[in-house]
Amino acid sequence: MDLIRVRNVEKKYKNGVTAIYDLNLAIEKGSFVFVIGGSGSGKSTLIKMLYREEKPTKGQIIVGGLDVAKLKNKKVYKLRRKLGIVFQDYRLLPKLTVYENVAFAMEVIGAKKEEIRQKVLKALEDVDLKNKVHNYPDQLSGGEQQRVAIARAIVNDPKLLLCDEPTGNLDPEKSMEIMKVLNDINKSRGTTIIMATHDKEIVNRMKKQVVTLKDGRLVNFKQKGTYDNETV
Amino acid sequence: MKPFRMLGRSIRDAFKSSIRNFSLSLASISCITITLIIVAIAIIASVNVEKVTNKLEKDLTIVVFMENDTTDKEIENTKEMFSKINNIDTYEFKSKLTVKEEMAKESAVLGTVLDNFDSNESPLKDTFQIKVKDVLKIGKTAETIEKLDKVAVVRYGEGMVEKLIKAFSSIQKVTYGIVIALIIVTIFLIINTIKLTISTRKREISIMRLVGASNFTIKTPFIIEGMILGIFGSVIPILLTIFGYQAFYDHFGGHLFSQVIVLLKPTPFTYVISLIIFGIGILVGMIGSASAVKKYLKV
Repeated sequence: MDLIRVRNVEKKYKNGVTAIYDLNLAIEKGSFVFVIGGSGSGKSTLIKMLYREEKPTKGQIIVGGLDVAKLKNKKVYKLRRKLGIVFQDYRLLPKLTVYENVAFAMEVIGAKKEEIRQKVLKALEDVDLKNKVHNYPDQLSGGEQQRVAIARAIVNDPKLLLCDEPTGNLDPEKSMEIMKVLNDINKSRGTTIIMATHDKEIVNRMKKQVVTLKDGRLVNFKQKGTYDNETV
Repeated sequence: MKPFRMLGRSIRDAFKSSIRNFSLSLASISCITITLIIVAIAIIASVNVEKVTNKLEKDLTIVVFMENDTTDKEIENTKEMFSKINNIDTYEFKSKLTVKEEMAKESAVLGTVLDNFDSNESPLKDTFQIKVKDVLKIGKTAETIEKLDKVAVVRYGEGMVEKLIKAFSSIQKVTYGIVIALIIVTIFLIINTIKLTISTRKREISIMRLVGASNFTIKTPFIIEGMILGIFGSVIPILLTIFGYQAFYDHFGGHLFSQVIVLLKPTPFTYVISLIIFGIGILVGMIGSASAVKKYLKV
């Protein structure tokens, strides 16, 4: 079963720039997909359309049975509860502790306190941060902050984890730590992961599915792909 | 229960936020306070004016004296004519005899004097007492009545009362206008102050949206925060209304300028006004914060 279906999608921004031209894509449940391409290739736009920060100008996007383009602003939360999102800049709340930051994602959807405690601790264990629950984000390294963000993204057991350049601010060593965490989540929880990146090293080492975009067009979609300099 | 749990969290967040952003909260509260004071004064003034106007209107009657030789049939005709005049609300007919009896009741001397006249010579006349629907048109109505057959004289509180009522009604319109304008201005001020507090929490709101909080969940704490601001903002205006009006009332002994303008008794009047002020405060706070947060719910 495909978790994501993208059909004839075009995205044109209001300033006249077209970011995506006629994109077709199907992503299976449980897969780990890299979206690669240079700046302006449309990879961020694609990720943004998947969680409906941006709407496609044309075409259809189905995520977990929801027609994303037709979703009303008021109903967006239904989509967001099905997925977790990780950003390059972590987006943690500075005044909350690690535990509170992760619990925040469950509190706002009205989970019970006991359930929150269990799931938050489990998620923090999965990202190997159980010993830092009471720290504040500014007391953590970049890699640790990103792991908190990942814990927050997976705490509600989403089917899909979207990562927009999650290693963009990290050195290679920390980046590989993050990749290990993501790989574990993909394997143990069965979460589908889509990650936009331009980190050649990571893509080549992980040997996952690779969607290559260039100037808003799909160049190829390979199983066990690598970062091919010529096509990008 | 999930809804209660969410509500509890919303209330907790609302209190936290209004304390954390204390200076901005204080700004919103004082802005609500000042407006509500003016609104309270305007409401008190307009209610009092309305009361005086009503009283004057109620007292105002047209008295119609008929000619001496008017027959019963002609009286009936006149009544029929009255029913055709739109502005006439009710009329009461008093025949010569009734008038005479009434006068005799008041003074025995007058009674004996009047007994000496027979019905044709009697100086008394058949009269109508007429209440009108619209006091402002009383002059015109009197003119119309004067033109009817067999009508001798028409009397009403010419000029003076009419002008007074006219003035009062325009004062009332102006005060209503002021009240509405003030409420709108406060809503805008509150929207802006709350927008300031919210812009510092923009990030928090966008993260809430990203992790799947519904708009309702995001809005509720802000709306409750607006209510809290409204409640605090209405405290001083309410105290001023209750104690201030009492003092004002006592100072003037219940009348203003002359015996004509009777002030409303402070209780329960000021309690009603306080309730209205309280309601406006809460509503204004809620509307203000709800529309301030709206902008950030589009991500």
